Amino acid sequence: MDPVKLHYDISGTDFTTAGEASGKIKKTLKSLGFSPAIIRNVTIAVYEAEINMVVHAGGGEIDAYVSPEKIEVVLVDHGPGIPDIGLAMQEGWSTAPENVRQLGFGAGMGLPNIKKYSDDLQIESEVGKGTTIRITVLNK
Amino acid sequence: MNVKELIAKLDLKTLSEGDTDLPVTGCYCGDLLSWVMSRAQEGDAWLTVMGNINAIGVAALTEAACIILVDNAALDDDALKKAQENDITVLQSEADAFSLAVWINRLLNPEE
Repeated sequence: MDPVKLHYDISGTDFTTAGEASGKIKKTLKSLGFSPAIIRNVTIAVYEAEINMVVHAGGGEIDAYVSPEKIEVVLVDHGPGIPDIGLAMQEGWSTAPENVRQLGFGAGMGLPNIKKYSDDLQIESEVGKGTTIRITVLNK
Repeated sequence: MNVKELIAKLDLKTLSEGDTDLPVTGCYCGDLLSWVMSRAQEGDAWLTVMGNINAIGVAALTEAACIILVDNAALDDDALKKAQENDITVLQSEADAFSLAVWINRLLNPEE
């Protein structure tokens, strides 16, 4: 089977649509018959990355490639970049603004959750240019 | 026990009615959405004060059986709309999370 390709444009300001891409990817994986555990891992990782994109980067683009062996999701933004990825990976570290915290985000769990629920996480980030995140979940 | 029975037994107010035949198999308390996202399980009654649109998203993605807004926490208009679109049951109680969790545990584990 050729990989199923999915593409989503993410608005940078609209919290009301944040989570829609991960929701749609979830539906697609369900219809393709992936196990609930795999679907949960992908959904959580992508949801966190999608929220990060809205909170920090003014939106971006998400591409997902689904094959029987693995699900790869690439999130590209042109936001401010991450100055210290090691610090950002620490649970509890957050630069989210107060209004975002009031919505229940900004607990410094985003990137750690993505790592926890994926088999591979690659982060490329340049300050002032943006961030690309590649999430791989193996279908095992 | 399904959501319908939970509503009756705990005298919960229904703010948005989704599939109330869904089984309730557990309970999770939490307000930090990322935290809840990674820990709540399918079938949980999720107790929270977060009545915003993102909470509805988290309930949909985790497949929680329902949201129960504790301490009479409010549901935003946007969140109500999204709950109805996504068939998510949102309930409300004047009781606090601790009391509700204890009652739900008794209903789920009557032999204990």
